[in-house]
Amino acid sequence: MASRIPLPYSKIVFELFKNPKNLGKMEDANAKASAGSLACGDVIAIYLKVNEKTQVIEKATFESYGCAANIAAASLLTEMVKGKKLEEAWKVSWKELSEKLGGLPRIKYHCSVLAVGAFRRAVRNYFKGKERPSWLPDELTPEEKQALEEEELAKRLSEGTAG
Amino acid sequence: MERDIARSVRELLEAHGRPKREVYLDLENVGLVLPEVVEYVIDYFRNKAIGHPAITHRPGWEAYEAVAEASEKIAKAIGASPSEVAFTHSGTEANNLAILGAAKANKKSGKKVVVSSVEHMSVLLPAEELEKTGFEVVKVPVDREGFVKPEALEGAVDRSTVLVSVALVNHEIGTVQRLKELVEVAKDRNPNVIFHTDAADALNKVEVSVERLGVDLATFSSHKVYAPRGAGALYVREGVKVERVVYGPLSSQVLWPGVENVPAIAAFGRAVELGQAKFDEHVSKMKRLRDALTRGIMERVPHVLLNGPKGDGRAPDNVNLSFLYCEGEALTIELSTYGVYVSSGSACTTRILEPSHVLLAIGRKREEAHGSLLMKVWPLHSEEDVEYVLEVLPKAVERIRGISVEKPEA
Repeated sequence: MASRIPLPYSKIVFELFKNPKNLGKMEDANAKASAGSLACGDVIAIYLKVNEKTQVIEKATFESYGCAANIAAASLLTEMVKGKKLEEAWKVSWKELSEKLGGLPRIKYHCSVLAVGAFRRAVRNYFKGKERPSWLPDELTPEEKQALEEEELAKRLSEGTAG
Repeated sequence: MERDIARSVRELLEAHGRPKREVYLDLENVGLVLPEVVEYVIDYFRNKAIGHPAITHRPGWEAYEAVAEASEKIAKAIGASPSEVAFTHSGTEANNLAILGAAKANKKSGKKVVVSSVEHMSVLLPAEELEKTGFEVVKVPVDREGFVKPEALEGAVDRSTVLVSVALVNHEIGTVQRLKELVEVAKDRNPNVIFHTDAADALNKVEVSVERLGVDLATFSSHKVYAPRGAGALYVREGVKVERVVYGPLSSQVLWPGVENVPAIAAFGRAVELGQAKFDEHVSKMKRLRDALTRGIMERVPHVLLNGPKGDGRAPDNVNLSFLYCEGEALTIELSTYGVYVSSGSACTTRILEPSHVLLAIGRKREEAHGSLLMKVWPLHSEEDVEYVLEVLPKAVERIRGISVEKPEA
């Protein structure tokens, strides 16, 4: 087995793992995105139903290939963004998500980074072909960058050019 | 800010609760102790367990007697002499002693070390340490079942090779190497080569005769023979040079300083003795359970791959399966809620998750390795235990697959 470090998952992570909220693909989503890679062992997909007029996220769901923290992070993220306007929801950070999960162990930080990264990608996808609002930064945020880095590394690992 | 870890774990355990039925299959990591050995240890702690084996008084001699008896029992099981058995505090320490100690003591005869690519981390990491001090380390590849090909070893061993290390039984996928042949090939290439085998997963499960195998060094571990954790042993063939790699006051063990864990060593010897006495019975029972578990899972759950060989080439206790479209750590936790305890070849411990090196070495894709579960049966598991696992495992896999982004085609 690869190296293991004791993982004191919080009770919140465990409960969300057992009974995830907002699980599953959303057929009528008008924004979706995923982040991560199977080769790296974690992928999060986020589906959003955004009210075109009010810009409020009416529904948010997820799917996750990953550990319990990954599942819990994706699930809690959907709870946190649901009912918010896109502009407000965009501000949810990986740190805030980690704290709400009862403080993820350091080695699990990437789970909340990935959840936020997938969500922000979905938001960007929503605005594709639409006018970009002023609050949406042109440049990728750290969470999006990190998701991208992981995917690129996964690609190199699968091609056998790294690690 | 440091989290209150003890409280956090307590809350987690309370939320988890204690399942009504429990089947512990994580014997790779550590676990079950034979009831006779538990009694033996309790008795030892009640009545002895106070002496230091190197001190000249009655309790000291009692402790020394316990260590000497344990070395006799282990020596008898492997066909060695008691003076050829050195105790450490774990199998990891014994592997470190073998790799670092043999390389250090024999560096004049060469600075090349050859290991297989599927060795335990306690062999691979010391080998990597040697690399930093000027040794060349060659990792020999294995085939898709985990066997080291004699030709590959032949190509890797040369005159400058000081040490070769290949485990008799692979700890993850249960491959029983044709070790005698590998030792012959290595020694044909270079008669001075020292051949080490990590036999921790072999003892009491397959025949281990150091004479027949022709090995010079062999590692054993107490918890792998169903004694408590806390003792390891290294067989060192008479005349083979190994140097200490840890320093401190010596007790009865010249190769490993510090106070011996005498109760664990005594229990280690007792467990080896018991396992030898019931060898045939235990092995055939484990094989039956292993096959029932493997076959049962593969019949009930679609998209499952068996990792490692089938039949006689596989250790009697080892079940290692990859569940596609399923992440192993999540599955481990899900099974835990059912009271079924296993481990996974996926370890979600960094941003980039590094799956089992053994599974990658046999050609598994990363996503196949991430979905792997390692289960080991022991002689005291029952048919009912297997039935319970077969009842709950399909449900656990189905739920985790239901969460997954990637799903099998309907």
